Amino acid sequence: MTEKYGKDNVVVVLGSPDADSTELYAETLINGDPAWMGPLAGVALGLSVYHILEPEMKEIIDPQIYEGQLALMALALDVDSIIKGLDKVRPKKQAD
Amino acid sequence: MIPESKTAQKNTVIKGVTYFLAHVPNMVRHGSKPTREIESTPNLLKDFIEHQIPFDKAVSYAPNQVYIGNLDPDDLRSTPMPWWKYDVPSANRQGPFGEIMPEEEFLGMMKICDEFEILILEKYFLENTILQLKIHPLLEDKDIEKLDGKGVPLSQIEKFIEQEGAMPLYIKGDKLIGCCRRAHEEDFNLIPDILIENLTNKASGAMALRHLNAKFGCQDSLEYLIGCGEEAVGDRYNRGGGNMAKAIGELANCQNATGSDTKAFCCAPVHAIILGSGLISSGIFNNVAVVAGGSFAKLGMKFRGHLKNGMPILEDVIAGIAILLGEDDKKSPVVRLDSIGKHSIGTGSSQQMIFEKLVVEPLENLNLQMTDIDKFATEMHNPELTVPQGSGDVPRTNYRIIGSIAAIRGEINKTQIEEFSEMRGMLGFSPTQGHIASAVPVLGHAVRDIMSGKMKRVQFFAKGSLFLGRMTQLSDGVSFILEGNNGGD
Repeated sequence: MTEKYGKDNVVVVLGSPDADSTELYAETLINGDPAWMGPLAGVALGLSVYHILEPEMKEIIDPQIYEGQLALMALALDVDSIIKGLDKVRPKKQAD
Repeated sequence: MIPESKTAQKNTVIKGVTYFLAHVPNMVRHGSKPTREIESTPNLLKDFIEHQIPFDKAVSYAPNQVYIGNLDPDDLRSTPMPWWKYDVPSANRQGPFGEIMPEEEFLGMMKICDEFEILILEKYFLENTILQLKIHPLLEDKDIEKLDGKGVPLSQIEKFIEQEGAMPLYIKGDKLIGCCRRAHEEDFNLIPDILIENLTNKASGAMALRHLNAKFGCQDSLEYLIGCGEEAVGDRYNRGGGNMAKAIGELANCQNATGSDTKAFCCAPVHAIILGSGLISSGIFNNVAVVAGGSFAKLGMKFRGHLKNGMPILEDVIAGIAILLGEDDKKSPVVRLDSIGKHSIGTGSSQQMIFEKLVVEPLENLNLQMTDIDKFATEMHNPELTVPQGSGDVPRTNYRIIGSIAAIRGEINKTQIEEFSEMRGMLGFSPTQGHIASAVPVLGHAVRDIMSGKMKRVQFFAKGSLFLGRMTQLSDGVSFILEGNNGGD
């Protein structure tokens, strides 16, 4: 998809449950597979990566849908630590 | 005169549960993920061999001891992590709920299950295995007779592998001791990769059912068996046709039973418990067993995360389970058939709605609060196996969600979510064997603790990812509440 649409036209939205898994997926999508295995070993796609529970996502989601589908997960998961996990591997400018 | 109907609704109880693990480190390379990765990167094979653990380590691995009932799930909270670095003192391959079997013996059991000369074992290996199996309390003379004289020279095994594409089988890393052959020259559903899935499933399910028979003396009284594994038995005209339940029943000498398979991905066991309870409650049958063998394809599924973290590859067991359902004996825990939870087709797939339907609605039907449930049993995947690969701590996430629902409902404060999750949840201890991990690993502990009075009520709920088969985008889920028997008072 990145080859077809260009990395600037692709945004990945994660739904992972904790900081570690979010960091792992984000790193794979930004810098390549950290375990150096599989098709993204050494392939830095440099994609924009967000988590579905980040404020930026909440802003663009219909509040009714958010309430019905995401509010519970926002309460259940540790969103602050998930964002910290993302920011460890996200380029600074996107994190800002 | 027309006989009186025997179908008035009666209570169904769960009399007991047994579990089985086969430790099969040398089969891990043939799991779905390892097979594909080794094919593209042959050097990986040495990692699979180097990251095996021996049988005694598998026995002393704390989550395995919990699975067979030698430890309580809550004992894991005081067990040092990582668990794989810690040997449980006085660990035993036998437990109150079942056993852990070494790979050599399990290969022998697979051979006993093999009615069509699919599994071929080397002569000296088989002779040694027979000596081990002869002292196994659940194997009989007629089992051993099936093995006597069946071993072949190594050269013949090598020929099957080279000329027919048989799947090689090893012990001790790279010692060739057998192979799994295809069963038809042209049938793509009777190839070694599928047949070994089914044979391992049958053997592990049969061992779980043999333990159930031995523990509860139910061999002759069982009338119906419901299979709920994730295997698909059949030839080119009927892939998934079944009936594994009956095949397993035959191996467990359940002469008076018939059976069928229930398919619903990971939540099939909970569906099967509900269906079996209905058969008993309606009076159709008095004794039903739900049975499942393990998933060969899932061996080593998350090995990459394990290698990355310098761990052994711990998805190295094939698991089985057998559950005995019966008429109300006034002592065993009761399945509350008046509060079955279900994810309906129109429910939608958000986590919020799924939990509403599976957890909240069944409780409301009985005018119960979430705090009336002592423990919730959900997907019990061992986090040590899933976290390194980025799949998160599945039980913990589920318990956090349940706690959050309790907070939203005003039963607890938001600050109590963690405490609620810990008190009414458990740490995951199940092997990542799909259907096996889904709520039912808790059942044996729950039956024991409800009968001892330690707990009153446990809610079991399981979810299934139907979309994986590409026939629907739907999820699935079902739940039931198990509670103490008031003895007819």
